[in-house]
Amino acid sequence: MSYSDKVIDHYNNPRNVGSMDKSSADVGTGLVGAPECGDVMKLQIKVNRDTNVIEEAKFKTFGCGSAIASSSLATEWVKGKTVEQALAIKNMDIVKELSLPPVKIHCSVLAEDAIRAAIGDWKKKQEAAKPVAVEAR
Amino acid sequence: MSTDVKIPQSLPVTQHAVPQGVKLPIYMDNHATTPMDPRVLEEMLPYFMEKFGNAASRNHSFGWAGEEGVETARERIAKLIGATTKEIIFTSGATESDNLAIKGVAEMYREKGNHIITAVTEHKAVLDTCKRLEKYGYRVTYLPVQKDGLVDLEELKRAMDDKTILVTIMAANNEIGVVQPVAEIGKMCRERGIIFHTDATQAVGKIPIDVNKQFIDLMSISGHKMYGPKGVGALYVRRKNPRVQISAIIDGGGHERGMRSGTLNVPGIVGLGKACAIASEEMAHEASQLASLRDRLRDRIMSRLDETYINGTMGSRLPGNLNISFAYVEGESLLMGINDIAVSSGSACTSATLEPSYVLKALGTGDDLAHSSIRFGIGRFNTAAEVDYVADRVIETVERLRELSPLYEMAKEGINLKDVKWAGEAH
Repeated sequence: MSYSDKVIDHYNNPRNVGSMDKSSADVGTGLVGAPECGDVMKLQIKVNRDTNVIEEAKFKTFGCGSAIASSSLATEWVKGKTVEQALAIKNMDIVKELSLPPVKIHCSVLAEDAIRAAIGDWKKKQEAAKPVAVEAR
Repeated sequence: MSTDVKIPQSLPVTQHAVPQGVKLPIYMDNHATTPMDPRVLEEMLPYFMEKFGNAASRNHSFGWAGEEGVETARERIAKLIGATTKEIIFTSGATESDNLAIKGVAEMYREKGNHIITAVTEHKAVLDTCKRLEKYGYRVTYLPVQKDGLVDLEELKRAMDDKTILVTIMAANNEIGVVQPVAEIGKMCRERGIIFHTDATQAVGKIPIDVNKQFIDLMSISGHKMYGPKGVGALYVRRKNPRVQISAIIDGGGHERGMRSGTLNVPGIVGLGKACAIASEEMAHEASQLASLRDRLRDRIMSRLDETYINGTMGSRLPGNLNISFAYVEGESLLMGINDIAVSSGSACTSATLEPSYVLKALGTGDDLAHSSIRFGIGRFNTAAEVDYVADRVIETVERLRELSPLYEMAKEGINLKDVKWAGEAH
């Protein structure tokens, strides 16, 4: 197995490892992948409800070095971006940054999925919190 | 975008200093291949430039010197396994020996029957050969194994019918080191007049093999698994009680009693012979040393880490083999963390086909645990200091990766991972 220096760096010094409170209204949690596939990523974001800026991001990953690096990079990239900007992150950006070989491209796809899942979860929470309009009689 | 991936130069951060006498990187993957024993190399050297004759050159001293080297090797191999010299055929390795044995019997005994029995945990050299024979109209039964990795003898008995011409079951498995009940299988075959082949690549030189006591008719042997050279192996072919015949798969001159044509790899054969001679002398002592080192590795790791599972029974196993799954940690990421140590993993990410180990799957190990497995192969040149260092590095890396693992977190929270609806599709 040969890896790029950046993958090794993320592996040895992963950024933003940890967990946030799932139940918090400002936290979106994305859990993607499956143990049978050998890849599970949990990515969480904390969003400022006024500015929609992702202020904090954390990850945990069960997977190979490339999977760990992809999700670590994902948390680095989403921090400081608005939710809409984060949705623009594409897996091929991750592939390029980490020099992932073809056989590891699926790790970057999963990381992109994780970002979307976290944002999706956060958005759902914002929808649920909106006051329900009462029909005027 | 460049798709070139650079080889890592930086080693992972480790808390453990390298102990005295331990040289990095450590090789602990002796089921994949073994370093050559210096005594083997010494034995081989004259046959490259001085005694370089073709062993089939009957008419001059160059040929005779080569022939002598070959015949000495033949004796040494025969002695190790309880055979006679006329029953040893030289090949390019165990893969070829497996092909020769299985295809050779299939062709020779076609009139008698077309049914072959093997097991799901066999090496690809056996499985792929059987698959090819299925294309030619042979029927193959792939016996399952039990959770401990052993073939069920009752199942084997039930699978045998009057068209069965061959049973091929390995003596010891390359991934989990499990040793099959060879003598019982052999006896069952002998009683029914069915030829019994065993791929003994991992077993010869490591555990006692006797082709008569174990009722073996054909047996594959490999040089590079027993501190000998790569590119050479042998096939034992029984001549008496009963006489077994095989069709050749390589034609051209009729060498090796017509069973395997081609100029003999004299230096390789000499090396294989010397490796067998060393094994004859040292195997008993070495086996107990290796078992003790292996148990030391196992105990050190398992006393410090929870949720670790040994794959395959310890009760009938190669002395140097350990195959452990570390729950919640993926195999390739574990290997990356111990990249100063050479071992291998059953994880899909480490295989060419991106499939997790089919051997572990056959044991009923879940895919997630198959992805989390590491195979250690302790060999002649490993030391206790190396074992301790390896154990400590594995422990340290597993602990670190569990901190990174969402599965470990969920398990600690009391969530049963089998109840979770995972977002990922199966690949």
